[in-house]
Amino acid sequence: MSILVGRETRLIVQGITGREGEFHSRAMAEYGTTIVAGVTPGKGGRFALDGSVPVFDTVVDAVRETGGNTSCIFVPAAGAPDAVMEAADAGIATIFCITEGIPALDMIPAVELVKRAGARLIGPNCPGATSPGRAKVGIIPGSVHLEGRVGVISRSGTLTYEAVQAMTDAGMGQSTCVGIGGDAIIGTTFLDLLQSFEADEETDAIVLIGEIGGAAEETAAAWAADHLRDIPKVAFIAGRTAPEGKRMGHAGAIISGGSGTAASKVAALEAAGFRVAGSPTELPTLLRDAGYRG
Amino acid sequence: MKIQEADAKSLLVAQGLPVPGWEVAHTPAQARAAAERILATGAEAVVIKAQVLVGGRGKAGGVKLASSTDEAERVASAILGMEIKGITVRKVLVAAAADIAREFYMAAVLDRAAGRILLMGSAEGGVEIEQVAVDHPEAIVRHHADPMLGLLDFQAREFAFSMGLGGHLKAAVAIAKGLVRTMLAYDADLVEINPLAMVREAGPDGVTVERLVCLDAKVTLDDSALARHPQLEALRDADEEDPADREAREAGLTFIKLDGTIGCMVNGAGLAMTTMDLVKRAGGEPANFLDIGGGARSDKVATAMRIILADPKVDAILVNIFGGITRGDEVARGLIEARAVQERDVPMVVRIVGTNATEAASLLEEARFETAVSLDEAAAKAVAASRGAAA
Repeated sequence: MSILVGRETRLIVQGITGREGEFHSRAMAEYGTTIVAGVTPGKGGRFALDGSVPVFDTVVDAVRETGGNTSCIFVPAAGAPDAVMEAADAGIATIFCITEGIPALDMIPAVELVKRAGARLIGPNCPGATSPGRAKVGIIPGSVHLEGRVGVISRSGTLTYEAVQAMTDAGMGQSTCVGIGGDAIIGTTFLDLLQSFEADEETDAIVLIGEIGGAAEETAAAWAADHLRDIPKVAFIAGRTAPEGKRMGHAGAIISGGSGTAASKVAALEAAGFRVAGSPTELPTLLRDAGYRG
Repeated sequence: MKIQEADAKSLLVAQGLPVPGWEVAHTPAQARAAAERILATGAEAVVIKAQVLVGGRGKAGGVKLASSTDEAERVASAILGMEIKGITVRKVLVAAAADIAREFYMAAVLDRAAGRILLMGSAEGGVEIEQVAVDHPEAIVRHHADPMLGLLDFQAREFAFSMGLGGHLKAAVAIAKGLVRTMLAYDADLVEINPLAMVREAGPDGVTVERLVCLDAKVTLDDSALARHPQLEALRDADEEDPADREAREAGLTFIKLDGTIGCMVNGAGLAMTTMDLVKRAGGEPANFLDIGGGARSDKVATAMRIILADPKVDAILVNIFGGITRGDEVARGLIEARAVQERDVPMVVRIVGTNATEAASLLEEARFETAVSLDEAAAKAVAASRGAAA
């Protein structure tokens, strides 16, 4: 099955006629992703990607005409939250928002609307997801992947590529690799995806790539301690040596109640049975140590 | 972006919140003149507060009372020029000293985990609010604003009652709603009042009355939203921004200076932190965090190199690029251009993988750069180069 993206993915690219949108749509199509439509308001009726993909003015038109079930957003920050809401309203089930630099408060109603529509939003400010050998949605370079049975979840972009490359170099293929995004307000958390991977018959091991700040890693670890006991799992936390206090004042410290440091995340993950690597290159070895034989 | 207390207070006033008046002084003479005006209104003393973008001003001796113009000048001259956590104090806020009956804490903050605006309050205001959060989490009242409708009246009332402000309901509700309104108006991710004070003031007929006022204010703004609030850019404190930080920001780079000797240039925040961690693990000390961002072109790379080399402590440089949106050959070209004009020759270890890595490799080989294949190898080589330079 894999999670989020796969052979059943019928992708609509919002912002397909823009520079990034076109470049990455081409890469996604080359990887084998089924792109059924593009959306750019005012450019409906044209065709993108050398005439192979019809462009529509609205997402709802694109869904009606092509049966798209997934969208990937390359719309600039000012219009991206609206693009997310448009996709949710049109009935898209899985929405990836690649756009970075979206004002945080704009995402609050967008995330809420997605939830009410029963859809799932990945991102914003995320690299997307790839199910190797099946489909990729987003900007993760296709070359880093290998087909297999390890699920990879990360908060970062390039660090994801690094970790996935290390797995591939060691001959450990992936079921799905997902970057959830580094912004303050995101649609899908580590916990949500651990739950999806747990339910996925084609995922036998987990790699979690976190970083300092917030408490998402701790929350995910607490759930994993009870629900992922028998699955080999490893993690890496970026920012062990980062200076404290570069982001927020008192109120931030109050929300996390002292958590958010690398030490707190490593401790929570280790208590939940994750083996925590000191470098991304150690992840494959640790996964073997944890009993993964794939 | 952090802004000074005085600027934060101006934003609160613009949103209709009760903030006692203040003046800003850059010299002891200005502080004296301000104190004279404030004392003439009948205040018994003035408070003089260092304006710096770091916490712990009070403990550092940056907040003092003065009951005469002479004393105000003396206190201001002691505070101006003082260093607080490495920042030189260049201005002070002068205000009438309040007669405080009780101190509360109130803040609106972006709650990442919940994806909502969180209103927090406590009857235990004052400086050590983080400690209250750890020792008595139950002493902090929390309410989430509705994601679509914001903070509703009944929510603000519930909040005020549970903070023990039922006796001043109207004022407390107005302040709670005002904090959320301020957040939305300026795209702030934190609007914090500590203390929110119940002060005693002389009423119109000479009888002492109690009034709820914002005595201190801390506001941080969402950098991603500054583009739509051009007027807020003027609140950026040029005195407290390092020239290297400014050059980096204007070039679209994320740069944080550290104390070590190995300059780092990386694409992506997570990978940049990881690179620092691995330098440290290999026995070195990173000189900076520097994320060139996605899709960086050669000119951006050259700027990044100039900023790194401006730090005299840097004796080796580690470049780590995993190309996705960023093209490896663009970075390689930028490095070659930068080296051609740089004034200081520092050993450099370059690792470029991902998009267009092959083209990058041949460019780097031709220009005789030292390269590395894995991240661990790159970190080890950079640490060795730094040791060689220091020896």
